[in-house]
Amino acid sequence: MMRETSLPRAAAPFLGFARLLRRHAFAIASEQVSGFMQAVTLLGPRSMNDIREAALATLAPPPDRRDEFEAHFQSHFYGNTSAVVEADADEETRIKDDGGADDERIEAEHSQEGGELSSALEQLSTRDFQRDDDRLTAFRRKLSTALPARRSFRTVRTHSRGKLDLRRSLREIVSADGDVPSPLLRRRQTVPRKLLMLIDVSGSMKLHTADYLKLAHAAVQGADRAEIFTFGTRLTRITAALRIRDRDQALARAAAQVDDWDGGTRMGPTLLAFLSVPRFSSFARGAAVVILSDALERGDHAELEMAMRRLSARAFRLSLATPLAGDPRFRPVTAALRAILPVLDDLVDGSSLAGLTDFILSLARPAPAAATIWKRVS
Amino acid sequence: MPEVNAETVATSPEAVAQHLAASRYLADDSLATAIFLAIRLGKPLLLEGAPGVGKTEAAKAIAELLGRDLVRLQCYEGIDAAHALYEWNYQRQLLAIRHAGEHEIDIYDDRFLIARPLLQVLKAPEQRVLLVDEIDRSDHEFEALLLEFLSDFQISIPERGTIRAEAQPIVILTSNRTRELAEALRRRCVYHWIGYPDAEREAAIIMLRAGDVAEATARAVAAAVQTIRARPLAKPPGIAEAVEWANAATILEKGGSPWPEAFRRAIGVLIKDEEDLSYIAPELGRIVEEAMG
Repeated sequence: MMRETSLPRAAAPFLGFARLLRRHAFAIASEQVSGFMQAVTLLGPRSMNDIREAALATLAPPPDRRDEFEAHFQSHFYGNTSAVVEADADEETRIKDDGGADDERIEAEHSQEGGELSSALEQLSTRDFQRDDDRLTAFRRKLSTALPARRSFRTVRTHSRGKLDLRRSLREIVSADGDVPSPLLRRRQTVPRKLLMLIDVSGSMKLHTADYLKLAHAAVQGADRAEIFTFGTRLTRITAALRIRDRDQALARAAAQVDDWDGGTRMGPTLLAFLSVPRFSSFARGAAVVILSDALERGDHAELEMAMRRLSARAFRLSLATPLAGDPRFRPVTAALRAILPVLDDLVDGSSLAGLTDFILSLARPAPAAATIWKRVS
Repeated sequence: MPEVNAETVATSPEAVAQHLAASRYLADDSLATAIFLAIRLGKPLLLEGAPGVGKTEAAKAIAELLGRDLVRLQCYEGIDAAHALYEWNYQRQLLAIRHAGEHEIDIYDDRFLIARPLLQVLKAPEQRVLLVDEIDRSDHEFEALLLEFLSDFQISIPERGTIRAEAQPIVILTSNRTRELAEALRRRCVYHWIGYPDAEREAAIIMLRAGDVAEATARAVAAAVQTIRARPLAKPPGIAEAVEWANAATILEKGGSPWPEAFRRAIGVLIKDEEDLSYIAPELGRIVEEAMG
């Protein structure tokens, strides 16, 4: 406070803008604020545009929050509070730190859902809840060691079967006055592959999305690198929300980010949108990709087929878990499923948490391709 | 290449834009401002954007306009201090120890130090432009390693102590945003997001970069490329591909192919993914005809 009063009055609006951004969960460091003011001075400023450019260059808002940044700029410097603050639908949704209104919305959604579900179902889920919780805890513990592994380009020390680590060996030699002790070795590190889960939140999956999100939370908590997206008519990245350790808080945050709960599905277009954002599609590269969906694509399935082929080309293993496969009479006979079956590594039952956790924990074990298995069954 | 004082070039964003244009790089106001601020504030410049929007070209153009040597560090998964900063020449050190016999020898002498790009830049007596390309490909450990370099333009070598820059380098980092960079890195830099240029600017870039392309062709290519980029492609074409397409179509047209046909036949230089090609093929004729007006 003392420092602030000694600053010239002209600096106040800039400091105020940085404070406003911080209140809306933009990570702004003090050195960025001083950089902002230096930049404004360097540019003149000759116009408001100079101030905007200086703010963009020094406060560095992430590209997917540029619209929100612009709205705050408008409201702070122009007093225009009507500017709409909305994130881009195809990009990562913003992280909301100050819940307030959003918490109320989640409450409303929950009570609505409760009213719509039959009481018998509610009782059933309450009875299973404890067992599911134990199962998810065990799943979280086992996950990081159960995922398929790959060799990284980073190296670690080893006692056998490695390459000579000259750098450290030489240090040993020098400290031993030129004597040659046993040489130190290094080998390439083994790291778990990424886990990418794409969760269908459309109306037809309504009964399963709550379980899937719990599973996703356990996956993010347990795996070194897990990425979670939801899709329906839009695509939303909810990984950041699920990093919160407390499950209820994490799920509430994730629920607030998803705008297309219980709506329709545009599986093909949303997966193509996922693939066309380089940052997102790189999550799929070399990863174990698990899609939790009934894959009931309405209309033409050409886009779904193309998206799945592309995902399969990037992924280490591409799996579709559908709740429909819980029925013993299920066969992949819809046009969409028939089209994507050849590119799937697994087509498994996604109707229960028990089955899903066991399946994800078995991803490192080789299995015949989905088409082979389902051909045998039908 | 005559060396230019950075302060005299970077008198204003407009002056930077003009100098870049002379180096055949067309920067919009926003990018010119970011470059101007990075030079004047003495901070690294972080350029993020989709592949093919001209991030690396911007670094080359900055080096050219300042008349400085460009040192490029290409990042990849697993890159570490030995690849980016320095490495000891162990074989020579061992030989030296053997030759020294009973005599004392400093095996951490300059003779045994192999300077990698970051150390080369720090040790250079004159200012260099350092391009740290595709920083998002490296892993988090490497990003952390860069922090000391980026904030103070110095690196610490345990055996030698801290080495400071003789002339503070101009540093440009590029990222395709395939992963989120650490906040600590972002806040040390002047930041700019490069998007695809609008049709008019892209036409101007094509005119500037392509060898012998008519203005109408450049405009048609720019318009068609904008439409194609709006489709959900696995590899949307970058600016360089647009320039190549204009060049290739012009060559084919001069060889006797009529216009829309020349564009269609040259499509392989614009779209380099087989699935993207089959996706766009049914629409291509219409897109080209609409673009040609």
